[in-house]
Amino acid sequence: MAEPRMMDIKDQPGFRTVAVICLLVLYIPVLILMIFSLNSGSLVTHWEGVTLGWYGTAFLNDEFHAAAKNTMIISVTATIVSTICATLAAIGMTRVKPWRGLAAAFMVINLPLMVPEIITAVATLSFFALIAGAFGLNFGIGNLILAHTVFCIPFAYMPIRARLEDMDLTLETAAADLYATPWNAFKRITLPLLVPGIMSGAALAFIVSFDDFTITQLVAGPGQTTLPLYIWNQIRRPMTPEINAISTILLMVSILFVSVSFLIARRRAK
Amino acid sequence: MTTAALSPTTLSKAALFEAQAVKTSARRNRLLSLPALIIIGIFGVLPLVIICVYSFLVAAPYGGVQWQFSTDAYLNFLFQRDIFDDTLQFTPDFLIIYLRSFLFAVVTTVICLLLGFPTAYFMATRPPAQRNWWVLLITIPFWSNLLVRTLAIMFIIRDEGLINNALIGLGVIDKPITMLYTNFAIQLGLLYAFLPFMVLPLYSSLEKLDFRLVEAGYDLYATRRQVLWRVIIPLSKPGIIAGCLLVFIPALGAYVTPLILGGGIHLMIGDLIAQQFGSGRNWPLGCAQALILMAAVLVALFLYVRNTSGKVQHG
Repeated sequence: MAEPRMMDIKDQPGFRTVAVICLLVLYIPVLILMIFSLNSGSLVTHWEGVTLGWYGTAFLNDEFHAAAKNTMIISVTATIVSTICATLAAIGMTRVKPWRGLAAAFMVINLPLMVPEIITAVATLSFFALIAGAFGLNFGIGNLILAHTVFCIPFAYMPIRARLEDMDLTLETAAADLYATPWNAFKRITLPLLVPGIMSGAALAFIVSFDDFTITQLVAGPGQTTLPLYIWNQIRRPMTPEINAISTILLMVSILFVSVSFLIARRRAK
Repeated sequence: MTTAALSPTTLSKAALFEAQAVKTSARRNRLLSLPALIIIGIFGVLPLVIICVYSFLVAAPYGGVQWQFSTDAYLNFLFQRDIFDDTLQFTPDFLIIYLRSFLFAVVTTVICLLLGFPTAYFMATRPPAQRNWWVLLITIPFWSNLLVRTLAIMFIIRDEGLINNALIGLGVIDKPITMLYTNFAIQLGLLYAFLPFMVLPLYSSLEKLDFRLVEAGYDLYATRRQVLWRVIIPLSKPGIIAGCLLVFIPALGAYVTPLILGGGIHLMIGDLIAQQFGSGRNWPLGCAQALILMAAVLVALFLYVRNTSGKVQHG
């Protein structure tokens, strides 16, 4: 028989425990890694005391500098190019009458998300090897920028498109009714409303480029070490907490950009 | 505006002008997709075509290819040519790696679902303010550097890692248990890497769950378990399928996790492919292996599309 309904109908027994365990499992290893970046001993597993010295070691390291510089050149350029392309594409695919090939165009934009990274990596490597062999073309670090731009576009595209679809069309129609040229209507109405979407998209593009390891590792030529590649090179040597310090810096950058993107999206929802 | 301006002819002219403007701008807007399509077309799609071609060529001795047609790459996937009598012998080495990767991916998907579903459901039933915090906490690892997260797992399960040190310190064991560079390490790393990929799509599906249906279930004297299995889970099927796909596909092609936690001893498809482009120096074989992986992914995507479109028809 029905007991007096004191229970919350949404509750399921044990789900809270699983959720808390998941959160702990996700965070504890990373937190330990971060804590050991402050270890004054030179072993990555034996705690001796607190120091910020390993961050100093990292910042004074020339290889780290070079890697950080490469990473910034690649990520910033790829973010700018991919965000511009994604914004244009999002407008071209939402503010139009459905055109033949729209579905195919949508698939092409999202292709980098569907192909496993390792396949993209070897395909891009083969492509650049071919044009280097056949035409003597080598863009240097431009190879990496192009490869990153490709997989950044869909990440930038998603939030921009979502924003365009949520947008109230009456404002744009009103502008058109008041004889604004399409360009003026875009510049004065659509673009300002689109800014949060563009920023959110750019943040995501930056993170995926900044963090990329697989594609970068296979495509990178000599002297094109990025921060994730630098970490990989360090793993294969005797490790010191310097690697924890650099890893912590990388995580902090991700956390910063995710939080920014998240806050923008939340303000939109309000 | 004067009344003269609103005469029928002016009005229709204006309307005509406006319609024309909208039409041409709409047609012009279409061209805005071109830069993105061209970049992805040249540097994303064309490379895939190139590896299709490469897979039918002959390996050059120092990496790269020789322009000579051959199906050896595909034959080598299953057979090895005998050096003496030139006969083909069945060698299942690669096949075993593929099957093992498949198994890893399936186990990862199942365990992620078992852990991720309760988590996502719990998140979706929190009050809105709390819910936002939970989403942010799951989103952060989703976007965090996979290499660094894998490294974090490595530090914990190493012979001198936290788990072994703690167990030795407590006197439970006196020799470290070898966990790194084992299948267990890879499995653990995959779970750790892809758990957020399961939780987020499940959450966005469960967030839209209509709890009046849950209530109706209880009103009809269903137990909690019955409501879960007969109401909540069937309603969240699209989220479950999306989550499984988002875990299964990257887990099947995982590269970083087995590279670091498998130590080159226990290979998965991803490492196998990369090896052909590195020390293996057999690009056509690597291309063929990549395409066989791609085929598996396409099958998974096809099943997904068929499942979801079937859902729309019934619903």
